[in-house]
Amino acid sequence: MASAYSKDLLLTMYRKMYLMRRFEERTQQQYGLGKIAGFCHLYIGQEAVAVGVNEAVRPDDYMLSGYRDHAQPLARGSHAGMIMAELFGRTGGYSKGKGGSMHIFDIEHHFYGGYGIVGGQIPLAAGMAFASRYRNEDRITVCYFGDAAANQGAFHETLNMAVKWKLPVLYICENNRYGMGTAIARVSAVPEIHKRGAGYNMRHEAVDGMDALKVYEAVKDAAAYIRAGNGPVLMEANTYRFRGHSVVDPATYRSKQEVEDERKNDPIPRLMHYALKEGLAKESDFEAIENEIKEQVDEAVKFADESPEPSLDELWRDTIVEEGEEDVRPRARVLGEKVDNWPSYPSGKDLKVTWDLEPREQAEKADKAAGLKS
Amino acid sequence: MAELMYREALNQALAEEMERDANVFLIGEEVGRYQGAFKVSQGLLDKFGSARIIDAPISELGFTGLGVGAAMVGLRPVVEMMTWNFAILAMDQIVNNAAKLRHMSGGQLRCPIVFRGPGGAGGRLSSQHSQALESTYAHFPGLKVIAPATPADAKGLLKAAIRDDNPVVMFEGERLYAIKGEVPEGEHVIPLGKADVKREGKDVTLITWSRMYYFCEEAAKQLESEGISVEILDLRTLRPLDEEAILASVRKTNRAVIVEEGWPLAGVGAQVVDIIQSKAFDDLDAPVVRVTGLDVNMSYAANLENAIQPDAPKIIAAVKKVLYREGA
Repeated sequence: MASAYSKDLLLTMYRKMYLMRRFEERTQQQYGLGKIAGFCHLYIGQEAVAVGVNEAVRPDDYMLSGYRDHAQPLARGSHAGMIMAELFGRTGGYSKGKGGSMHIFDIEHHFYGGYGIVGGQIPLAAGMAFASRYRNEDRITVCYFGDAAANQGAFHETLNMAVKWKLPVLYICENNRYGMGTAIARVSAVPEIHKRGAGYNMRHEAVDGMDALKVYEAVKDAAAYIRAGNGPVLMEANTYRFRGHSVVDPATYRSKQEVEDERKNDPIPRLMHYALKEGLAKESDFEAIENEIKEQVDEAVKFADESPEPSLDELWRDTIVEEGEEDVRPRARVLGEKVDNWPSYPSGKDLKVTWDLEPREQAEKADKAAGLKS
Repeated sequence: MAELMYREALNQALAEEMERDANVFLIGEEVGRYQGAFKVSQGLLDKFGSARIIDAPISELGFTGLGVGAAMVGLRPVVEMMTWNFAILAMDQIVNNAAKLRHMSGGQLRCPIVFRGPGGAGGRLSSQHSQALESTYAHFPGLKVIAPATPADAKGLLKAAIRDDNPVVMFEGERLYAIKGEVPEGEHVIPLGKADVKREGKDVTLITWSRMYYFCEEAAKQLESEGISVEILDLRTLRPLDEEAILASVRKTNRAVIVEEGWPLAGVGAQVVDIIQSKAFDDLDAPVVRVTGLDVNMSYAANLENAIQPDAPKIIAAVKKVLYREGA
C-alpha cells in the first residue's frame, strides 16, 4: 500500500499543509498587530482536509467554501500574497480588499468564494453542479461547509434536489465539532452529519479528517463516482480546529485536555512521519520545504504591507455590472501576469442542452403508478 | 400589434429569450407539467423540455440558491416565485449572495439571474398572501428591481432583465395577469431604469408603478372631467430610479402625488419624495402627497381589504389636496 504514493505527491501535500499552517500563524500575528481586522477564522488543525480533497480532484473542478476559507485556495495554488493583501484590505487582494477574510474568491483557480452566512453556499454549489450537467461538462463541484451548517434548512433543501437531479457535487462537511462555541452534539439530533445523507438516499461516508492520505483516497473514489454520473456524495471529514472559532475566541468552552489530545493528531507531522517511515522522503526534504515556505510567507506579508489601500472611487465599482464591462482578473490586475485559464462558456445558440432531467416516459410511468391518466 | 394578456406577454418574452439563448432556463414550483401556477409558463415544457423548464420542490431557499450558483458560472436562470410572499424564505440567497457576489469577488463574478413572480394584494387572501414587497428589494445595492404595469412593458422589461448581467427582481401584478393590451411582436426590449409617461398632463403628476397605475388612470379620467389635467409617470423600474423623468415631470406640473400599494414607512415613494424635495424644491407649488397602503396587515374581510388599499377616490382626494381644492 505504501508504494501507492509517489514522493512527489507526499511532498506536495506536505508543502501545501505547511504553507497553510505558517500562513495562518502569521495571519494571527498580523491580526494582533492591527493589520487585519474583522472576523478572522483560522483553519489551523484542519489542513489535511483541504489538501486531501484538492489533490484528489481536478484543478478545473469548481470549489467553494464557508467563511473559514484562507487555506483551501492555498491548496488550489492561489497567490499567498494576494490572499494576505485581501486580509489586510488592500488593493492587491483578490477582491481589491472588498471581501476580506470571509470572502476569498480566485476564479482563475476555480475557487468560487467563501461565504459568511452559515450554509448559504450549499445551494450555490448545487447550482454550479447543475450548470455542469446542463452543459454536459464532466467537472464536479466541491463544496466545503462546517458541521453547524448541516442544521440549516439550506442543507436539507439542497440535498433533496441534488439527489433527485443527480447533480455532480461533492459535499465535504468539515466536522470540527463546534459550531462557534456550541459542541455540535449538544444541538444536533444526529451529530454524525454524514448519516443525514441516508434520509435523502444519498451516498454518504465519514473519513478521518486528520489524515491527508485517507481524505485523498476517499475523495478520489467519491469524485470518480460523481463524475461517472451517479449523483452527489456527502462526505464528513472528522477534524479539529486547534484554535478558537475566530482569532479573538479564547475557546474556553472546551478543556485543555481535549485540545492537547487532539494536537497529538496534528496532520502535518503525521504525514511527515508516514513518509519517513515508508522511506519515501528524507528529513532534509522537509527541512528544505519548511525553509522555502517560511520565506514565501514572509514575502506574502511584505506583499500585503506594500500594497496600497483601494482608492475611494473603488466604492462605485463592482456593485452593478455596466454594459460591456469586463470581469476583473485579479492576477492580471495585480501582478500583470497573463491569465489563460479564466473560465469561458458557450453562449447563445452554440450551447446544446441534451440533459433530460425528467424523461417523459419516466414521468408517465410515475403517473400511471399513481393512478393518474397519462 | 397583437392584443395579449399580461401573462401571455411574459410567456412570449420567456419563449423568445429561451429560443435566442440556450443558457436561459426556467425553474420554480409548478412551472412545468402544471403549466405555471398563474399560467405564465404555459406550453414552455413542450417547447423546451425538462432540461430547461424545471419543476422545483417547494424549497424556495434551495432552488433560488441553485439558480444563483448556476448564474455564477454563466447560465442565465429565470427563477419563478409562485408569489413574492414565499420568496421571503429565499431572501438570503437573493440579498446575501446574488446582490453581493460582484462586490465580494472584487469584480471577478457576475450574476445574470432574474427572480420573478406575482406581488401585491390578491383577492381576499389575508395577510400572508397580500403584500407589495418592492421596497424591500429596492433597498439593496446590487439588485435591479422592476414592476411593469402593462402587458407591453411586461414583455419588454422581462426581455431586458434576462439579458442584463445583474440580478433583477421582477414584480408582476397578481391581479394584472389577465389584463389585456397591445404587445409588439419579436424584438421589443425596454431598457431597465427608464420611466414612462403613460398620460400627458399639466396640473399634477401622479407617480406610480404596477397595478396602482390603473387606479391612477381611473382617477385621471374623473379629474379630467372636472377640468384637472393629470400626468401619469409609470416608474417601471424601482432600482435604479429614473430621477430625470421624475424631475422633468414635476418641473412641468409643479405638483406631485405618489401612489404606492405597499406600506408607507421606508417605501419607494419616500425616496421619490426625497428626490423631488432635494432637487426640485423650487419647482413645487405644494407639498408632495403620498397615497399608500394603510400601515396595517391585510385583512380577509372584504370591506377591510378594500379600505387598506389605495383606490381612485383616495387618489382624487390627494390630487385635490395638492391643488388646494375643496374637500382635501
